[in-house]
Amino acid sequence: MDIVRIATAGSVDDGKSTLIGRLLFETNSITADKLEAIERASKRRGVDYIDLSLLTDGLIAEREQGITIDVANIYFSTPSRKYIIADTPGHFEYTRNMITGASNAQVAVILIDARNGIVEQTHRHFYITQLLRIPYVVVCINKMDLVNYAQKQYESIKEQFNDLFEKANYKEQQLQFIPASSLYGDNISTKSTQMDWYKGPVLLEFLEGIEWHSLENQFPPRFPVQYVIRPKSEQWHDFRGFAGKLASGLLKKGDAVVALPSMQESTIENIYRFEEAIDQAESGDSVVITLSSEIDLSRGDMLVKKDHLPAPMKELSAQVCWLDHTPLKPGKNYLLQHGSNRVKAKVTNLFSSINIVDYQTIEGVEEIGLNEIGYVSIKTARPVLADTYASNKRNGAFILIDEGTNSTVGVGFIG
Amino acid sequence: MSIPSTIPAFPRMLEDESIYIMREVAAQFERPALLFSGGKDSITLVRLAQKAFWPGKIPFPLLHVDTGHNFPETIEFRDWLVKETGAELIVRYVQDSINSGKVKEETGKYASRNVLQTVTLLDAIEEFKFDACIGGARRDEEKARAKERIFSVRDDFGQWDPKKQRPELFDMLNGRINIGENVRVFPISNWTELDVWTYIKEENMAIPSIYYTHKREVIERDGMIWPNSPYLNTSEEEIPFEEIVRFRTVGDMTCTAAVASTANNIDDIIREILSAKISERGARMDDKRSEAAMEQRKKEGYF
Repeated sequence: MDIVRIATAGSVDDGKSTLIGRLLFETNSITADKLEAIERASKRRGVDYIDLSLLTDGLIAEREQGITIDVANIYFSTPSRKYIIADTPGHFEYTRNMITGASNAQVAVILIDARNGIVEQTHRHFYITQLLRIPYVVVCINKMDLVNYAQKQYESIKEQFNDLFEKANYKEQQLQFIPASSLYGDNISTKSTQMDWYKGPVLLEFLEGIEWHSLENQFPPRFPVQYVIRPKSEQWHDFRGFAGKLASGLLKKGDAVVALPSMQESTIENIYRFEEAIDQAESGDSVVITLSSEIDLSRGDMLVKKDHLPAPMKELSAQVCWLDHTPLKPGKNYLLQHGSNRVKAKVTNLFSSINIVDYQTIEGVEEIGLNEIGYVSIKTARPVLADTYASNKRNGAFILIDEGTNSTVGVGFIG
Repeated sequence: MSIPSTIPAFPRMLEDESIYIMREVAAQFERPALLFSGGKDSITLVRLAQKAFWPGKIPFPLLHVDTGHNFPETIEFRDWLVKETGAELIVRYVQDSINSGKVKEETGKYASRNVLQTVTLLDAIEEFKFDACIGGARRDEEKARAKERIFSVRDDFGQWDPKKQRPELFDMLNGRINIGENVRVFPISNWTELDVWTYIKEENMAIPSIYYTHKREVIERDGMIWPNSPYLNTSEEEIPFEEIVRFRTVGDMTCTAAVASTANNIDDIIREILSAKISERGARMDDKRSEAAMEQRKKEGYF
């Protein structure tokens, strides 16, 4: 049974909460007591409809202000799949939350109010799906009931969006346009009777058909070592196993492998999932690997195949999104965490930042502030065993940690 | 609603993620502990830890904050599990915190030790200098929990500040902390109640007997069935009677309601959950105190 992670962004006005509420209702994923609690809370707030945003807006501050501050995780499932929705606010001030929530997503749902068409927020949301290289994007043209279910309106928005896509870099991204009314349940889990002109899949049907796991198996294998298991017990006296979660690709028993950064070669003796020795690990599997020879390998190192080496780098260029109130300034030292590898790093250059509404680069900037995105070069004390984000996203991103506050202050995409 | 006949499969990717988190804890912290309550979620954590470090032993102790109001079946099970897995067990008692005057026993009809255990927990963290405590909280349980990170940093007083949470991107976990801070870690954040049960089924795990149907002396209160015990403050109108029940969630005897059920095996339990109209924490009196009950307790150091 697969898990599909969905990112949604937008404000209450777009009908996003109603859309999520619909998905939960129609897959029987919300219980009566939760629904009653929302009904009670809605009445207390003096609204005469069931405000489904109360389901996701979990913090006191959010409910008081009627806004979504943070990422909420919502779960629903169908007989064939489990879905995790990372629901984030759509405003500019929460760009970092959006990137956080969407970082693991295989599909993003961008909501467009059929009356308004593409707005500033749409540009930003689409940019983020491109930056993160989210393989599937659903453009849900919502509130079709308010434009009399007019095909013309839908087609015109679709055309505008396709123009946007023309300018985008990540062309492999698959777009699906769906005209919907989340309020009346049109094209969410069942086909609308109001829009016979639409021949495509309804939302849930599209989600059920997404194929992503096999895509990640096609990348070269990257096995970051998390932890070395040495039981030193009588039964397992000489056991030395390398525990980790295969970031991408496939590894098989008997494969010739290279340890990075030492470049020592060995062969995979066994792959264990708990007590069971398996023949092959797929991307995403948490396993323990034993090797046929004793080599230098510990946390932060990586096992790869000889014919698919990443280029260990001590100088890298990246697109960075800033997550902290204290801006990024060139010359400052940070800790760079790439998978299980954490190294000292210095931002040596700040080239430009990007306006994520009109995609124009701004030259000559001196810092990158909260929610902003810029191009930087970084020097590290020890090599980072990475790929470019575009060639292998599971091995191409890192976070920056402030050594003073220990906060996670930035996320980078190696370019 | 009709009872679904097929039982869904457990999504294995969840186990991969949880094992990854367990290993990050062991690698990033010096003195982690696993908070063990005897409920199904913490039993699941023990199983995941066992699998994460095999053939090595679980590299951290289990910490049980004993309220003194546990179901005896839970304690019995705890001791059996410790023997079975060879894990180290540390127990600290809420009664000791009461005796030393650090906390005061609640009074009245709804008196429980649920809130008091936070003090005992924080004291134990200080005593053993734990820098990470692994807990079995799940985001689907309650809406404040839906917002909590996998690595949740707490200050000196164990407090959670929802506005200061660290962003968690991809699967990179930042466990760096300042002196005095510690981290609560939630490896099964993304599991639902159903996921836990299908996992228990597929892993053939043992669970305390009170999850299965049994005859028990109960009282009725607020439309729910409560286990009668010396710890429950009952009024004269609340006359105990016998009922065939089981527990869907296991907390203290004073704040965990039973459900009328004849489910005597995991398959029946799963079918019951699939057709249930009340969520799991609906049976927990501690959450009903107010709309924001959980967030308040978390800010004060509750796990």
